[in-house]
Amino acid sequence: MEVPILRQGQYLIASIQSALTDADLSHLREALIAQVGRSRCRGVIVDVTALDVMDSFAVRTLRDIAHMARLRGAETVIVGIQPDVAFAMVQLGLTLKGVATVLDLEEGLAFLDGRTKERTLEIKPKRPSGRG
Amino acid sequence: MADTKRSNMSVSTRAPESSTLSESSAGLLRELVAHLRQNRTQLREEWARRITRAELLTAMTEEEIFAEATAVYDNYVEALETGTFEALQAYSRRLSERIIPRGVETDEVVGIVLLLRDVLARSLFNKYQDNVEKLNRILDSYEPAANRIANTVAVGFVEERERIIRQQQEAIRELSTPVLQVRERLLILPIIGVIDPQRARQLTEQLLRAIRANRAKVVVIDVTGVAAMDSGVANHLVQTVEASRLLGATVIVTGLSPEIAQTLVTIGVDLSEMATVGDLQGGIEEAERLLADRGPTPPIRGELPPETNR
Repeated sequence: MEVPILRQGQYLIASIQSALTDADLSHLREALIAQVGRSRCRGVIVDVTALDVMDSFAVRTLRDIAHMARLRGAETVIVGIQPDVAFAMVQLGLTLKGVATVLDLEEGLAFLDGRTKERTLEIKPKRPSGRG
Repeated sequence: MADTKRSNMSVSTRAPESSTLSESSAGLLRELVAHLRQNRTQLREEWARRITRAELLTAMTEEEIFAEATAVYDNYVEALETGTFEALQAYSRRLSERIIPRGVETDEVVGIVLLLRDVLARSLFNKYQDNVEKLNRILDSYEPAANRIANTVAVGFVEERERIIRQQQEAIRELSTPVLQVRERLLILPIIGVIDPQRARQLTEQLLRAIRANRAKVVVIDVTGVAAMDSGVANHLVQTVEASRLLGATVIVTGLSPEIAQTLVTIGVDLSEMATVGDLQGGIEEAERLLADRGPTPPIRGELPPETNR
């Protein structure tokens, strides 16, 4: 089952419609990361509203997408995690650390607007790096 | 005095005699029931008098006692006659439903049933005192049935009580987990009382649903009213915070008491990921700051500059 990737302004939106196999997930990751560079996107939204189960592989793939997209210059936000799914994930220790999550697509767009504006307007002070 | 006499009597007649006893016991029981029917008015009045004298059922008026006594008496005789206890069970449940709200205690209910048992036994004793052998056999068939009746009524009462207690617990549980919206996108969850695993789970479910329904951005969980917290509950709290973040809401925990703070640090629950503020007022102020400053942007954990962490 292929996941459609839509372009909306500066953002890519991947809307997962049904349960995905591991292969589908890997394919989604590759397609998203490829498209981020090709279309000079500033943000990626992955909508998981339709998922009522989230296993460790899915969570890891989402996290990888976020980290990889950041390396390619785009922020990622996961939207639409169901309350029951959220609690099940936490109980399994799958907390998506370091990945932005918001309630739904609308929030996701607002979030990315805020993040990208911040990035353009401010020059953030660099955090001291771990080396040294 | 009569009681001691009677118990002496029954001790001497414990040995079951022969199979003829069971055959004739049905006849004896019939005779017994006929006797109880015949003397219904007198025995019933005697019983009501003894209840008043023993100062049982003080919450009820004398007329009420007499009315209930009549109904109990008839059910009692019927249970003796038929040997089935369903009707009596149903009646004792209805009776309990009526009298529990008026403050009638378990010992009173057991007391009046035992009184009735004594009154009836005494009347049997009077009737058959010339024929000791027959009295023994009558008592042999009367006592087990009477004991079972007493048991049934007492159990019915206690069960009704427990049902009421369960109902109240359920009601308290529902009352005690309100998720309140203070203003647009800001929820408060005040927790009061003891948190057991079941309640913790219910709290989390309600909170997560409310976050979704109200599109909340910030949640303040106030635990001022929680007296103690063990590691299980603390971990559950951490999980709730994480799950809320997955729904895009930031959680601020307020009102951790000194005792709980000490316990949590001592048992080593990892609270580093949790934003905490001293009291509810501070928590709401912090929440409003978050809502105003960041607008729609929640902080991403791991990317926060350290100074904005608390």
